[in-house]
Amino acid sequence: MIEVVNLCKSFGDNNVLKNISTTIKKGEKVVVIGPSGSGKSTFLRCLNCMEDPTSGSIIFGGVDIADPKVDINIHRQKMGMVFQHFNLFNNKTVIENIMMAPVYVATKKLKKQKRNNTLIALHLKKGTPEKIDTSVQKIKEQAHDKAIELLKRIGLEDKADAYPSSLSGGQKQRVAIIRSLAMDPDVILFDEPTSALDPEMVGEVLDLMKDLANQGMTMVVVTHEMGFAKEVATRVIFMDDGRMIEEGSPEEFFVNPKTERCKDFLSKVLV
Amino acid sequence: MNNFAFNVERFFDILINKGGYKEVLEGLLNTMIIAVGGLLIGIVIGTLIATVRVMPKYKAAIRVMDKICSFYVGFFRGTPMVVQLLVFYFVLLPLLGIKLTSVAVAIVVFGLNSGAYISEIMRGGILSVDPGQMEGGRSVGLSYSTTMLKVVIPQAVKNILPTMGNEFIALVKETSVVSFIGAKDLYLTFQNIGNATYEYMVPYLSMAIIYIVVVCLITVLIKVMERRLRKSDRGR
Ligand SMILES: Nc1ncnc2c1ncn2[C@@H]1O[C@H](COP(=O)(O)OP(=O)(O)OP(=O)(O)O)[C@@H](O)[C@H]1O
Ligand SMILES: [Mg+2]
Repeated sequence: MIEVVNLCKSFGDNNVLKNISTTIKKGEKVVVIGPSGSGKSTFLRCLNCMEDPTSGSIIFGGVDIADPKVDINIHRQKMGMVFQHFNLFNNKTVIENIMMAPVYVATKKLKKQKRNNTLIALHLKKGTPEKIDTSVQKIKEQAHDKAIELLKRIGLEDKADAYPSSLSGGQKQRVAIIRSLAMDPDVILFDEPTSALDPEMVGEVLDLMKDLANQGMTMVVVTHEMGFAKEVATRVIFMDDGRMIEEGSPEEFFVNPKTERCKDFLSKVLV
Repeated sequence: MNNFAFNVERFFDILINKGGYKEVLEGLLNTMIIAVGGLLIGIVIGTLIATVRVMPKYKAAIRVMDKICSFYVGFFRGTPMVVQLLVFYFVLLPLLGIKLTSVAVAIVVFGLNSGAYISEIMRGGILSVDPGQMEGGRSVGLSYSTTMLKVVIPQAVKNILPTMGNEFIALVKETSVVSFIGAKDLYLTFQNIGNATYEYMVPYLSMAIIYIVVVCLITVLIKVMERRLRKSDRGR
């Protein structure tokens, strides 16, 4: 699904990621752990080119999306991302947050089809006109129905018309997760999704994530929640100082870490 | 004092019986057209410039545009409005062979000028919006410009509304220099009335009052708008 080849990233002369290669397969739940400043967020943000890799490739859907010539927006639609601070659109209601990208993408496609058909009708272009069986109205209705369905799934349909500022942290994060789900992504990237939450709200977000995991979603999760890693991960990656020091199944990793650094880290976090 | 009463009486005679009020209304209208027109053009130009100036500067084309914008802003902020008006009206237009009314020229020049100031206000506003908003938009596959237009700028506008109100008020007051190119605004109207009677105290006093009333009305209007926009912060 995602193939990372010799990924390097530096900020100025700070080499944050040093030659990382790995492959994330469909259905995998990869949990990335490591000490603060080890480059976990940077790694995750390079996967959807939120940070442009300094060198190396990210092959997603057969395309190297690290190539600046690639239209990254199209690929990001299939790669959800969930942030520590939610990043919901503050000027939009909950349902608008969820509907915005699907509506935008579908209307853009519709406009393009219409333009194409007009050009063909005017004999400015060869080809047969595509049959258009949708309209902006329909697109909006479909996106709305889907958004409501997703909101029902997290039990927040009564908040559809509320603004994010009136939600609790846990609610915001769950809305952020279904916002990325609305695009039917192939994979979702999570960057410490529970770190900014009050302790009593961590559970509801982790539960939703487990739910997604059980339904077969491919996930890459940076987290300090070792319990989640043990329970959900199919593979754990340990990063330190911009390198992947160790990777393996949670059983191997938590029970029998191979490297000293890893043991040292685990002894600190697993008290 | 008797003299003052006489002058007031004569002023109102001119205003009411000799049709002076029509002139005043026309002057007021021109003042407002120039200020509002300038503001609208300024908002468009200012938003465009601000967007260019906050863009990531990876591409050479963007760096060039950024330089052009920064020169533009420097030019319009670095020269007095009167000079810009005079150069535009008496130098640029004749050179290009274009004929425009002085009010039209005033609108354009005020738009270009306030565009420079508004770009700086808008830039501050955009920078005050949490960068996470842009990231949120980009992460679901929206383009930079769509996220900017639909998410970041609306929030920036809300933040800068009070400053924009001040800019508009400044614009209204500054229109009093358009008489330099013969545009008939409030100031020129009252000066004409003064010229006709060789008495300036009452006309100029009345002019000051009209300016104050207009500014107060705008202030109230902005307060109302702010309150409306605040609503989305509180949710339902
Ligand atoms: N935009 C940036 N500009 C410059 N340096 C950056 C930037 N983002 C991250 N860094 C640097 O890269 C290094 C790795 O940061 P990163 O955020 O990836 O670490 P992390 O493993 O996610 O840490 P944490 O657990 O604290 O979130 C740090 O030294 C940080 O200072
Ligand atoms: Mg981080």
